[in-house]
Amino acid sequence: MTARRALTAVPVLLAVTLGVFAIAAASPFDPVRAYAGTAGLTASQENLDQLRHNLGVDRPLLTRWWDWLTSALTGDLGDSASLRAPVSQVIGERLGWSVLLCALAFALAVTIGTLLGVLAARRRGGALDRAVTATAYVLEAAPPYWLGLLAVWLGALKLGMLPAGGLTDTGTDLVTAGQTARHLALPALVLAASQLPWFVLYVRQGVGDALTEDPVRGARARGLRERTVLLHHALRSGLLPVLTLIGSRVPELITGALLVETVFSWPGIAAATVQAATSVDFPLLAALTVLATAAVLAGNLLSDLLYGLADPRVGFDG
Amino acid sequence: MTSRSIRRVAATALAATMALTAAACAAPNEGRGSTKPTDTAVVGIAFEPETLSPLLGYGKDGNSKIFDGLLTHDAEMRLQPALAAALPDVTDGGRTYTFTLRPGVKFSDGTPFTADDVVFTYDTILDEKTNNASKAELDALDTVEKKDDRTVVFHLKYPYAPFAERTVLPIAPRHLAGKQDVNTGPFTTHPVGTGPYVLTTWSKGEKLTFTANPHYWGGAPKVKHLTMAIIKDDDIRATRLRSGDLDGAILPPELAATFKTDTGRRTLAAKTFDYRNVTLPSANPVTGDRAVRRALDLAVDRQAMVKGILSGAGKPAYGPVPTDSPWFAKGTERPHDLGKAQQILDEAGWKKGPDGVRAKDGQRASFTLWYLSGDKLRQEHALAFASDAKKAGIEAKVESGTWEAIEPNMKQDAVLAGGGSPADPDFDQYLLLHSSLAGDGFNNMSRYASKTVDDQLVAARRTDDHQARKTAYDTIQRELAEDPAYIFLTHVDHLYVVDDRWKDLTTQVEPHDHGLASGPWWNAEDWQPAK
Repeated sequence: MTARRALTAVPVLLAVTLGVFAIAAASPFDPVRAYAGTAGLTASQENLDQLRHNLGVDRPLLTRWWDWLTSALTGDLGDSASLRAPVSQVIGERLGWSVLLCALAFALAVTIGTLLGVLAARRRGGALDRAVTATAYVLEAAPPYWLGLLAVWLGALKLGMLPAGGLTDTGTDLVTAGQTARHLALPALVLAASQLPWFVLYVRQGVGDALTEDPVRGARARGLRERTVLLHHALRSGLLPVLTLIGSRVPELITGALLVETVFSWPGIAAATVQAATSVDFPLLAALTVLATAAVLAGNLLSDLLYGLADPRVGFDG
Repeated sequence: MTSRSIRRVAATALAATMALTAAACAAPNEGRGSTKPTDTAVVGIAFEPETLSPLLGYGKDGNSKIFDGLLTHDAEMRLQPALAAALPDVTDGGRTYTFTLRPGVKFSDGTPFTADDVVFTYDTILDEKTNNASKAELDALDTVEKKDDRTVVFHLKYPYAPFAERTVLPIAPRHLAGKQDVNTGPFTTHPVGTGPYVLTTWSKGEKLTFTANPHYWGGAPKVKHLTMAIIKDDDIRATRLRSGDLDGAILPPELAATFKTDTGRRTLAAKTFDYRNVTLPSANPVTGDRAVRRALDLAVDRQAMVKGILSGAGKPAYGPVPTDSPWFAKGTERPHDLGKAQQILDEAGWKKGPDGVRAKDGQRASFTLWYLSGDKLRQEHALAFASDAKKAGIEAKVESGTWEAIEPNMKQDAVLAGGGSPADPDFDQYLLLHSSLAGDGFNNMSRYASKTVDDQLVAARRTDDHQARKTAYDTIQRELAEDPAYIFLTHVDHLYVVDDRWKDLTTQVEPHDHGLASGPWWNAEDWQPAK
């Protein structure tokens, strides 16, 4: 199944990159204006025209896309106009930090979410359940940007415990594990908090429903221990929707990371995405879109695989 | 049993989370309080440079920290020799500039600096394959010639008095930058120069860190580690300044005001040439009418804008030259006079209609005024202008948009524009007023055309006699007062809040752009500890 899914990803990726080129070309943003920055406001028309030619943005859409595609296939991703460096270098320098942030936040959200969901489902309507559910709804409604500002205010300003931004202490440039961990804490917690409610609510619903289903009631009737019932029967079937959720949360995680990285000056790929989009930086934008699309496709594949593993009734070729 | 096991899982998870948090907080925040070493400075800036390569335009106005130009500016914006041993020798009626280079200067990688580097830098910028958007600033330059290792001669196409001001642009090393793609090579992000600081890391979107260049020809800086944190959001920058993370930052007026009572920090206001004005396109039947222009010029209450919009941090503007500059033509100030404005419009035949808006020969006194969306300062200026114009019976319909949306409308619609370049009056005024540049990109957006002004602009750039130049620019400013093709509103001060750990901090007169090294850190290499 994996190989076939990977094959179908090819036309999807092709269509997505062409779409990105078409949308970017139709957008009102002018790549030359973006490239020139403030200097463009005093540059002569002749100078701007020369820039347009040098950047290759005066060529037709399909030509540009085809050139990008053919050179990308040979491993040359082109040069980013907005960041003035080869695209592969831009991605190489930034992707790791974004993956670290997202992976940690995601792990936290899944772990804590599952935990809280199970606890809430055990006594539906109880005090814990109501507290957890209410918090989840509030978090669901809170934009990550706002949560970020709140975290900066609380963690960095009021308590003075954690740094408010950056990858390392602002005054030094040594990247050590300890420093990175301290700087990672707030953005990862904020990103995790923004993803948490989905997992809490899904697990709570799934496990809660499973607890009232026949197999669980049967298991209880057979006198199995409550722990076995909960972990082996209820949790297993209650987690199925969560596994689907894991894959489908990937796009949300990417947009969440985008806002969180901006608030915390985290040097990840998300900030570069915004810049690439607003400056119509085709090579960078296309490469990043391929990456994001691949991440989403992989996320879906992963949740299908997990689903298959968790529930033997689901075939891998379904 | 079950609940116990779940509790155990929960306890483990909680313990793990707490351990993580504890580990994260274990190191005390040595960044707080006044115990910080004075050889380290961290400043917060709002804009990140696109590139650090002077060949692509970085540091073209001087103050690049990593690089030096042939000349540089002192606190009063006077030209001083840097990589040149002295100010240039100008001959051939102002068309030949000869520079003798400072001996013994080395790039931070140890390679000696020579005339070849100067020739390479200017030739590369002028090369049409180089994506430098500011190369038009060197329009006057024809060729650069190396006489010997220590002598460089610039040949101009025409006599251009302010040319020496252009030679503050940084010199790049030929042995490194000459061997790679000028537009995207590693030099654009990992530069090597002769300057007081050496770039150690550039984490894009986060910060730039520098260490002092111990072999700097001007003497090793006292501040050994300099960090420029890039924080685009004003509120976050203020928060990080307050948390002790930053030693200084640029802030908008309303946020700078919140630090007024702070005993450990003080606010520095940099005087600027940074103006906000309203363009009045000559093609529009309303804004092209001289009576309307003169009436608007008198109807706007500049003092109220300075007080209300800038919280006092700025001054009224009557032209591109600020009123406290020696280049300002005394007597061209126009006080707020609504009565006079009404009278001018009445006399010109603009009669008030039932809705309060004037009209003449069926033409309503109404036009569209654009401002850059998201720019709060411009928005407030635009709204104040529209409200003042309304009182005189002229309707300015305020609209916002990106430059892409504004540009196609610039020919007939007014725009809330900004600009300002303190180094020489030619830099602003030629681009703003010369008829040959009408509608050329963002130059001369009003499409102003006046034979007198054109002649004076050319005369002023072709002579280096100071008195003759002053007379020419006085004439231009008086012409502009008679026929205000732009309504200048304010000159905006730039505000910086800085920790009290250094003494005698200064600021230069600043341009419209917020460069990397503007503000009190324009001369971070000269900072001295307060104790």
